[in-house]
Amino acid sequence: MLAPVGSEVLRAEHVEKSFGRIVALRDVDLRLHRGEVLGLLGDNGAGKSTLMKILTGYYQPSSGQLYFEGNPVQLRSVSHARSLGIEAVYQDLALVNELNVYRNMFLQREPVFGGALGILDERQMRTRAMDMLERMRVRVPSVDVDVAKLSGGQRQAVAIARSVYQKAKVLLLDEPTAAMGVKESALILDLIQHLKEGGDIAMIIIAHNYAQIFDVCDRINLIEEGVIEFDKRTSETSVQELTDRVVREYRSAREEARLERS
Amino acid sequence: MQDVAKRAGAADPHRLGASRTNLLHRVSGVVLRWREASILLACVLLAAYFQSTNPAFLSLSNIRNLIDFTATTAIIAAGEVMVLVCGELDLSVGMVYALVPFIMYFLAADGLPHGAALVLALSAAGVVGLINGVITTFLSVPAFVTTLGTMFLINGLTLTISGGFPVQPTAGAAFTAAFGGSPWARLGWALAIAIVLQFVLNRTRFGLRTIATGGNLTAAAEVGVKVTSIKIRNFVLCSILGGFAGIIDAFRIGSIDPLAGGSEIMFMAIASAVIGGTLLTGGSGTIIGALIGALALAILQDGFTLNGVSAFTFDMILGAAILVTMAVNVRLTLWRERGGG
Repeated sequence: MLAPVGSEVLRAEHVEKSFGRIVALRDVDLRLHRGEVLGLLGDNGAGKSTLMKILTGYYQPSSGQLYFEGNPVQLRSVSHARSLGIEAVYQDLALVNELNVYRNMFLQREPVFGGALGILDERQMRTRAMDMLERMRVRVPSVDVDVAKLSGGQRQAVAIARSVYQKAKVLLLDEPTAAMGVKESALILDLIQHLKEGGDIAMIIIAHNYAQIFDVCDRINLIEEGVIEFDKRTSETSVQELTDRVVREYRSAREEARLERS
Repeated sequence: MQDVAKRAGAADPHRLGASRTNLLHRVSGVVLRWREASILLACVLLAAYFQSTNPAFLSLSNIRNLIDFTATTAIIAAGEVMVLVCGELDLSVGMVYALVPFIMYFLAADGLPHGAALVLALSAAGVVGLINGVITTFLSVPAFVTTLGTMFLINGLTLTISGGFPVQPTAGAAFTAAFGGSPWARLGWALAIAIVLQFVLNRTRFGLRTIATGGNLTAAAEVGVKVTSIKIRNFVLCSILGGFAGIIDAFRIGSIDPLAGGSEIMFMAIASAVIGGTLLTGGSGTIIGALIGALALAILQDGFTLNGVSAFTFDMILGAAILVTMAVNVRLTLWRERGGG
């Protein structure tokens, strides 16, 4: 019962969020279609992570409405959002260093036997994890090693693979290539490209470095001071246009700072 | 050339040397990979040392002493490991150890059968664990502070209900033997609890989530692990085991003493856990390691007693032993993380 490719999976309408007197999001409208990759760009404090936390059910919006697959929805919690198929992979890496790859992939969804005893079915976890990683072309030295021994890129790839395995319809990636070398970043971008070719999953990539993610994105949204100021298909814009915008913004911020000082 | 070397065989001193380094390499490999091995090796070396200084060390009666020194500490340490692995700490468990036998005694004195009194007394221990867990998680009080508070509180409660005087447990002979009167029962309980909990920690859903909670609290919560419930359940488990250890010792000694256990047995249990390879920082621990850690402490304590070293000196040696093992363990852990060097 998959919706056709291109139909809307997630929409935010007039979403506002304030924390006491601080307004984090003013009036956010956002759309995401099935199979689409949306790049969500913005400066620190522009509202990217607040928006991400609203879309994953971590925060409730102060006002406004979310729609999931066309129907109005109120995301009560992260697990509620997850049960609908909205998964997030956070920057701080949602993996447990002390557990091996396959145990991490099945954490909280462990196949068990023995009923209430909950004895782990290691063999099943192991083979299913290997199969999954192979299909997604994620290479790790072995699924038996603790994730502490993996590189940053491998860990990120495992975290993404896990979310995909949970039958995610919407995947939110928070700075998936932050603090990574070129090779490692390429690994993640390849994985995103591979998932995109599958066509089922919609993704929102939150990033600073728009040049890096530009090629894998279908559309770019730019968030500034709690409002989405810019919404264009990547075919209708360029890295140059984004750079010009950012430079312009940077200049006006400097100007403001100078006025404040005088 | 190779053939010549082969024909020379065992007579070749170089070859002999090579096979010896090979064996050494293999032993060091095991020590590196199996983290309980280093502490077990320490136990063997200590036992060999004490046997050489005093042939009575490995006599049957002294082995019984070793079991007595080890068993209850190991049982408490097993619970402590679970709490440490989920990222917390329980300082109150030694006081629960003293309280629970009194509760059992008073319930039995009120006419309850001993089995029921035992179960109710252990439930009371569970309530202490529940209080520790709820205060730590829901009120965000650090476990160190929570359990420091309940440590004093439970101690005061034990002294109050006992009036400060010891009593004699009143159970029948079979019940007494089964729950600590017999040395084999003590050994059996300690081994059974260690094996079952080791299995729980490493092979069950609950253990996996306990490790995840202590290893990366945010990540575990993000994937939906009910970290609060995991922590509370481990506090409850630790308290119940502390109470059970108290009951075993009460039947062993034949007396329920309000001053028994306390912070000393608690610190011995934490020391056993840490010496055995459990991290104070959470996410990593071994119950079998804690059992062997308790055995190492028992060997030290017993060996020095046999050799006539005073209790004061023992504390110095214990302190030094903890520092040395921990320094070595930290090195070994770094080695292991680098993939065995």
